[in-house]
Amino acid sequence: MSVILVLLGAGLVVALVFLGLFIWAVNSGQYDDPVTPGWRIILDDMKKKNSKDTGKHLSREDNDVP
Amino acid sequence: MPVTEGPQQNTQPAATPTVNGVPACHHCGLPCDTTDVEFEGKHFCCNGCKAVYELLTSRDLCAYYDLNETPGATIREDDEAATIKWGFLDHDDVKAKLLEFSDGGISKATFTVPHMHCASCIYILEELSRLHAGVVNSRVNFLRKQVTVTWRDADISLRGVVQLLSSIGYEPRIQLEAIDRKEHKSEARKLLIQLGIAGFAFGNIMLMSFPEYLTFGGRVEPFLANAFGYLNMLLALPVVFYSANGYLSRAWKGLRAKTVNLDVPISLGVLALFLRSSYEVIFNAGSGYFDSLAGLVFLLLVGRYIQERTYAALSFDRDYRSYFPLAVMRRDGHGDEQSIPVTEINVGDRIVVRKGELIPADSILIEGDGDIDYSFVTGESDPVRKESGDVIYAGGRQTSSRLEMEVIEEVSRSYLVRLWNQDAANTGPASRFNTLTEKISGWFTGAVLAIATIAALFWVPSGVGHAIYVFTAVLIVACPCALALATPFTLGTAMRILGGSRVYLKRASVVETLARITHVVFDKTGTLTETGGGVAGYQGEELNEVEQTWVRSLVYHSTHPISMKVNAFLHNRPAMKMDEVHEVEGKGLHGRIAGYEIKLGSAEWVGVDLDNTPDDAAEHVILKPRPFAAEEDPAHPVGDSASRTFFSADGEQIPSSLQNDAPGNLHSNNTATPRNQAWVSIDGQVKGVFTVQSRFRPGMDSLLNTLAKRIKLSLLSGDNDRERHHLAQLFPDGADLRFQQEPFAKRDRVRELQESGEHVLMVGDGLNDAGALDAADIGLVVSQDVTGFSPACDALMDQDALRNLDKYIEFSRASTKVIIAAFVISFAYNLTGLGFAVAGMLSPLVSAIIMPISSISVIVFTTLLTQFHAARIGVRR
Repeated sequence: MSVILVLLGAGLVVALVFLGLFIWAVNSGQYDDPVTPGWRIILDDMKKKNSKDTGKHLSREDNDVP
Repeated sequence: MPVTEGPQQNTQPAATPTVNGVPACHHCGLPCDTTDVEFEGKHFCCNGCKAVYELLTSRDLCAYYDLNETPGATIREDDEAATIKWGFLDHDDVKAKLLEFSDGGISKATFTVPHMHCASCIYILEELSRLHAGVVNSRVNFLRKQVTVTWRDADISLRGVVQLLSSIGYEPRIQLEAIDRKEHKSEARKLLIQLGIAGFAFGNIMLMSFPEYLTFGGRVEPFLANAFGYLNMLLALPVVFYSANGYLSRAWKGLRAKTVNLDVPISLGVLALFLRSSYEVIFNAGSGYFDSLAGLVFLLLVGRYIQERTYAALSFDRDYRSYFPLAVMRRDGHGDEQSIPVTEINVGDRIVVRKGELIPADSILIEGDGDIDYSFVTGESDPVRKESGDVIYAGGRQTSSRLEMEVIEEVSRSYLVRLWNQDAANTGPASRFNTLTEKISGWFTGAVLAIATIAALFWVPSGVGHAIYVFTAVLIVACPCALALATPFTLGTAMRILGGSRVYLKRASVVETLARITHVVFDKTGTLTETGGGVAGYQGEELNEVEQTWVRSLVYHSTHPISMKVNAFLHNRPAMKMDEVHEVEGKGLHGRIAGYEIKLGSAEWVGVDLDNTPDDAAEHVILKPRPFAAEEDPAHPVGDSASRTFFSADGEQIPSSLQNDAPGNLHSNNTATPRNQAWVSIDGQVKGVFTVQSRFRPGMDSLLNTLAKRIKLSLLSGDNDRERHHLAQLFPDGADLRFQQEPFAKRDRVRELQESGEHVLMVGDGLNDAGALDAADIGLVVSQDVTGFSPACDALMDQDALRNLDKYIEFSRASTKVIIAAFVISFAYNLTGLGFAVAGMLSPLVSAIIMPISSISVIVFTTLLTQFHAARIGVRR
């Protein structure tokens, strides 16, 4: 029956790892803003499409405004 | 999209969107009625908007216009003014307050950008690096309307970044006072971690309790049962001492303050569960109730999380400092002007205040003519005329020309600040914490303790051990988890629904207070009337089309508030080039066109003999402006000229949320004072008079009528009583209308009502209401821009939501009934459980079944029923 204890220990360790990850995620601010990241994904696609369409990226020297 | 405002609702999805038949600006959506700049086949309302469009297209950022139609903000300032305005950002101590991080090469700061409202905004603000090479990175937090920008100091300064943001229409609102944002953030994170730990423990304890459930009261192998028991106890430790920490400490605080809040029975239950279970495990007397314990704490925290999600972008506790400007223009001995932080103003300084700016300190006017709008401070709707040598108190807004003045009192000692501080010191007795749940929890705790003691005494004959067993069992079962869940879930849901219709509550408990309101007190200026919504009307001999065109041409280039209203009123006529235009400060305009001389201005100046003019016309104030209909030309007077009919134009349908901080944001005006009138004469012949008058928000009469059926109404206005007659028609009979109320008088009146047993809801908007808002059971602020400045309050409301106030009150009453119904259900569960407990038969299995069923059914019941009531009453937009 001691195998149950081993399994139990292993299960708890896995669960603790996930708990640790959750706490890390909260502390690193991932739960602070639940809205913007979702839109950012869509906007990223848009940015890529834009630069492909025009075929150019502005170099740093081009920027002088405003 | 959670936040939509502005013109999108008005515009048709067509090639060129239009507003009232006029092409809408491609950038900001305002109608291009005064100016129409065409560029690449697109219409723009001003050169500023066109410039932003050009800039963005040249940087391949057109996606800005694809994501959302007309997403931009109107560009109001010319470049030069903006450059001077932000000069104070070069001061070192200002920088030190704003920068989050700076190592000399790279700096980082977070700005609040009120205009942020759609996907386009996120897009453009995260692409700042493509607009300026000095910007390394920019990230948006949409809910808080903040953008965090990192930049290289060598390429761009803090001031440069702010100017960059302003130049594309995202002017940040800069506040120097340390804001408690960080504290709030860590609170929210702590709650999440508490929730996470409780959930983790709940899951694992359930897993290890399964053998117990499945043997149905038989014994699990002793060795395993022991191991499971100790592991459960270990897992329950952080649940009790970390996750449930808030409940324990609040209960303790409550008891020390000699009040019994709902946290007391919860804490009793949690502690009883833990001690009893630990005892059973340690002395091998059973497996304990750790599963119930962890589940209870977990669900309670979920309820708390739902209830505590407040509105991060809004601020309910502002003080005077956030109302004042951050910087002023100081003029030194050489006549040079320099932007300095407002805190550095000294007595004797010469300062310059331009049109649309706020007077930062009590001063003496040296040069210029003041038309000071004090409506936000005193409630008075007419601008106050000040001439050189007059003392001007801080807090007013200059609405006409540029002023130069000498400071006579430091900012911190000005009249306005003193007013505010007195209010803060005189905060009345807090009657608002007396909520329904708190009343119930008092006698509930008493009853539970009584039952537990009686049951224990009853069982003493069969052994003290058994008596203690029954005593703890009663405490465990009676733990009011369902009761504790009913309130947060109902109020949390109600608060979210209200937020969806742009009514933002500071705390969820405001819903409960709102349900008990017996008396609503309204402010007039800015609350019942529209902010900056004055409309011009014309009265007198009818002007033909040509004459209307001439008048329009005359006022077209004047920035005087009345001229601007007249201009808007005649917007259907073209503006033609005048041969000659002169503006005489404080008198009016005169000009020449096609050989005719046109004068517009004060009666005296235009040459009107006021004694021979029937002034009863001034009584013909319109309560409900005629709705604008496309086929109706608002510039044509209705009725014949002989009868001197008064008419109004309501052609301006620009959402006022776009007019924030517009220069000359002048308050509503009225008929009887010549200061709001402009007489017109053509070639010396007096034609008539344009009058700017306040306009009531739409839907006010029906709102007041509906409210009056159940609630007493009164009005406390800081303005004079010229409109008493019309307000008396608007308000139901018997309403108490008071005018010329000083801020303190308003507050004292609210207190008086409260002392006579009324629960008062104060609806206001300005600083003159601050005391009354604070004293009232609920202070509700009506605002055209909820993220902008507003006095401290319990609830903020978008101005368009005010007409539904009756629905919100009804909804809050329905929500309170939901809570009571949930209480009844929860008591039913408790009684069932008590049956088991008193009989001494509460096995862990019974507890493990009753606890989640009661909790979850209460959660589902309250959430669904609240949603149902919202749909029934029509609260949702």
